[in-house]
Amino acid sequence: MKVVVDMNKCQDHGQCVFAAPDVFQLDDAGHLVFVSEPDEALRTDVEDAADVCPLQAIRVEDTTP
Amino acid sequence: MTGRIAVAGASMGGLRAAEQLRAAGWAGEITVFGDEPHMPYNRPPLSKEALAGETPFASLALTPRASAADVVWRLNTTVTGARLTERVLELDGGERSGYDGLVVATGTRPRRLRCAGPSGPGSGRHTVRTLDDAHGLREELIPGARVVVIGAGFIGCEVAATAAGLGVAEVTVVDPEPLPMLRPLGAPLARELLRRHELRGVRFALGRGVTGLEGARRISGVLLADGSVLPADVVVEAIGSVPGTGWLEGNGLDLSDGVLTDAHLRVVAHGEAVPEVVAVGDAARFPNARYDAVARRVEHWSIPGDTARCAARSLVAALTGAERDPAPFAPLPTFWSDQHDFRLQSFGAPGLGTADIRILDGDLTGDVVAGYHTADGRLTGVVALGGRGAAALAARHRARLLQQPALTDPAPTPATV
Repeated sequence: MKVVVDMNKCQDHGQCVFAAPDVFQLDDAGHLVFVSEPDEALRTDVEDAADVCPLQAIRVEDTTP
Repeated sequence: MTGRIAVAGASMGGLRAAEQLRAAGWAGEITVFGDEPHMPYNRPPLSKEALAGETPFASLALTPRASAADVVWRLNTTVTGARLTERVLELDGGERSGYDGLVVATGTRPRRLRCAGPSGPGSGRHTVRTLDDAHGLREELIPGARVVVIGAGFIGCEVAATAAGLGVAEVTVVDPEPLPMLRPLGAPLARELLRRHELRGVRFALGRGVTGLEGARRISGVLLADGSVLPADVVVEAIGSVPGTGWLEGNGLDLSDGVLTDAHLRVVAHGEAVPEVVAVGDAARFPNARYDAVARRVEHWSIPGDTARCAARSLVAALTGAERDPAPFAPLPTFWSDQHDFRLQSFGAPGLGTADIRILDGDLTGDVVAGYHTADGRLTGVVALGGRGAAALAARHRARLLQQPALTDPAPTPATV
């Protein structure tokens, strides 16, 4: 699973951080940092994070081995 | 598992419901009916970015999860009626469509002014709910235009800010309340919101309702209750919304404000839950166990997703005989609003705590977080106003809100501070 965030859209709302704190965080300056290839076990959290993004800037892609 | 679930409504609530039905294990057919020509799209930008400039549909479109790839989308199709005892929907054009399970996701439409005056295309009168509405309004927000926004709620304040940023000649917001966004924010923040808007060139005519619209084929002015007239080339009606639930009439449901549901989002007919019919999004009036037993409609952007998750589980359990999640629906609502160069960010239910509003962080004229409490001192919500730092400050109180006992629980012993 690959997480892609459109940083042109992201406005640092931080809703993804509540949904998937192991994948998304806001740094000290309040800007988004994230894990781009999180463990498959976190899929539900990541999909929830993509759902709650007000800007709909998060995409979850399947990685083909 | 066979059978068919019909989803009435193809906006965010309908899409999230379809996705959550798959997540809850429904492998049968899912058909979504929507009256707009578009696939589901994100509406918040319609009063902001999509009004301010060219916004391609692709950047607004909500991307369905892969699990929802086989959902059937019937766009340009209005659900006009339902016979719940026969499990049949009636569609425009006279078609009848049977279902085993039904999701009500028909949302809301703008409430309209009840006064005579020019109306229709070319009249200068607008609402902002759909993509086509936003495109129509955008074409008229041009330099020199005198814009009157009727209603100082979320949409009215956002549209006014966007119009001011586009350099129209003047923007005036009218509302019978004495302050903008008074109901969701309470007086201290509403007063500060007014100050910030005025500082950025937006005018207000508050404490007065609208009694008429002047002009022949096209709007020329807005008549206020005190007899004054605001000259206007463009009028935006932002006076709230009406749930799109008329098609459910005749089934014994409580449709007095949206469709009433139980604590598992199942619609209630003649006082009994209908297990194979659930409701999501703006059209659902549901109790939130986090607070009390009162059913309310909540028009926040977060609600379609929250309701879809719970409703989908209820419906799949009813159709498959699987065990139902016993926990009642208890979301933590959240809203945000971007206006000019500042943002409002809320967590919880500030509207239930206007009895006692306190400044928790910062100060009113900068980045500020207000806490909303009941008369017996329980925190029900927080709202931040300011730059992005303010929203982060508000988020720090979110964990505390999640831990609050329900309002129906016994009152805590008074704090001895």
